[in-house]
Amino acid sequence: MTALLETRGVWQRFGGLVANSDVSILVGRGEIVGLIGPNGAGKSTLFNLIAGVLPPTQGSIWFDGEDVTRMPAAERCQRGVGRTFQVVKSFETMTVIDNVIVGALVRTTVMREARRKAHEVLEFTGLAARADVLASDLVPAEKRRLEVARALATEPKLLLLDEVLTGLTPTEAQTGVALVRKVRDAGITVLMVEHVMEIVMPLVDRAIVLDLGKVLVEGKPADVVRDPKVISAYLGDRHAVSA
Amino acid sequence: MDKSFAVRRRRDLLIAAVLAVLAGLAPLFVKDVYVQNILILTLMYAALSQSWNILSGYCGQISLGHALYFGIGAYTTELLFTKFGVLPWFGMLGGGVLAAIIAMALGYPFFRLRGHYFVIATIVIAEIGLLLFQNWDWAGAALGITIPVRGDSWLKFQFMRSKLPYFYFALALCCLAWFVTWWLEDSKWGFWWRAVKDNPDAAESLGVVVFNSKMGAAAVSAFLVAIGGAFYAQYLAYIDPESVMGFQFSLLMALPAVLGGIGTLWGPVLGAAILIPMTELTRSYIGGSGRGVDLIVYGALIVLISLALPQGLVSLFSRAKAKNHVKGATR
Repeated sequence: MTALLETRGVWQRFGGLVANSDVSILVGRGEIVGLIGPNGAGKSTLFNLIAGVLPPTQGSIWFDGEDVTRMPAAERCQRGVGRTFQVVKSFETMTVIDNVIVGALVRTTVMREARRKAHEVLEFTGLAARADVLASDLVPAEKRRLEVARALATEPKLLLLDEVLTGLTPTEAQTGVALVRKVRDAGITVLMVEHVMEIVMPLVDRAIVLDLGKVLVEGKPADVVRDPKVISAYLGDRHAVSA
Repeated sequence: MDKSFAVRRRRDLLIAAVLAVLAGLAPLFVKDVYVQNILILTLMYAALSQSWNILSGYCGQISLGHALYFGIGAYTTELLFTKFGVLPWFGMLGGGVLAAIIAMALGYPFFRLRGHYFVIATIVIAEIGLLLFQNWDWAGAALGITIPVRGDSWLKFQFMRSKLPYFYFALALCCLAWFVTWWLEDSKWGFWWRAVKDNPDAAESLGVVVFNSKMGAAAVSAFLVAIGGAFYAQYLAYIDPESVMGFQFSLLMALPAVLGGIGTLWGPVLGAAILIPMTELTRSYIGGSGRGVDLIVYGALIVLISLALPQGLVSLFSRAKAKNHVKGATR
């Protein structure tokens, strides 16, 4: 399997703070990869680097066989990188359907086509009934869903999900999990940042654990959760020994 | 759902056509020159505000310096006419294109600024423009330019005996600005602008090139405002820096949109229809010598509106619609 996304020795420094140090990861086509780690591990920073919010201090990022290290976010979206935001960023004064149309317009300039695509995506994500509601009137779980819908409308090859399942009720989270599976079945590669281990682990094919800006462990979810290094990163050394 | 959207778009177009025809018939009943003048100014400010609304309402880049583009339209037209004998129609287009270019040249550094800093920059730049023209001898400096009027001529776009040609031009300009807005509203640009206004970061992540969309909005907006400036110069047959580039024009473009509903299709027209006649009437009946009272009156109106109806007067209509919608849904 060829890699869809690759980061090579990526560093990100904010002044004296090193958020990512020498991070090299691979995401293969069709995978669901979980990016996990305790708070402050550098997950969100790595996400922003991959999405193109800012260029890394050092290292390079490759997407679909192309060096995208210096490419701005909008252009990466055109190449097939879709993302959601940890803190939802809906277009609040626009309706749900209009929010999604903005995404669809990356692939077409014909409004009729963009609108059709947007309806299709709303159907897919289970938001069709809310199409004409203002985004500001959605409940939090729906707003998360709208973030996913908007990103899907850009027809991404890689979807970056930033804590879309965090803060949801167990039922909402289960529907979220089902949606992520559906997305993968549609042929889209998923890289997701998540906190809630018990939800992510059964979902992902592979997990990458970041700690203090570095890749700590990576592998099958079942192996990762048993790894003493991971346990100590999350819970402290004492627990790692007893495990 | 698609249908209701298309229906709404067609209904808007129909209402606009009916209103345009009704407005076109107005001179049949309004013979009073003073009232005609008010109608002309109302249509002109509706057009200007509609154009301002493209950059500041839809794209969310609040400009309080659009007087600059208004003045550029006026000066380009009259300088070309008085110095080189170029017909005002070409001057008008030239002024529009020049204003669009200047808007983009200014946008290049200033669209990197966000929020209040952008607004401040627009005010400062317009003031600099005003000062430059006040001191530019070739362009008449503070004395301005008097346009030689030699009788009625469509070719030179000047009329002494009747205000009607000006009225119909102002109406046409208003229709043009409205139609451009209507057309752009349901286009890639319209969606990009609203996305940029609501959340630039999210827009960027969805492939919207934020900087370019601001530049596009600025160019369209400045072009249309400059056409308005050229018209105003022809209408007055005399221009000086203060009377075509003064700060009050920036305000008078922004206020109707704010009053009627910023970033909406109908807001600027509705706002201008209320605000401009009121301004003119208060000025002539209460204003007298000072230029203050009219400003106080509509300042107060704006405060009231922003407190009671922050979305502008058009929200009254959509509220009624929303209520009907709810009723319909429960049935």
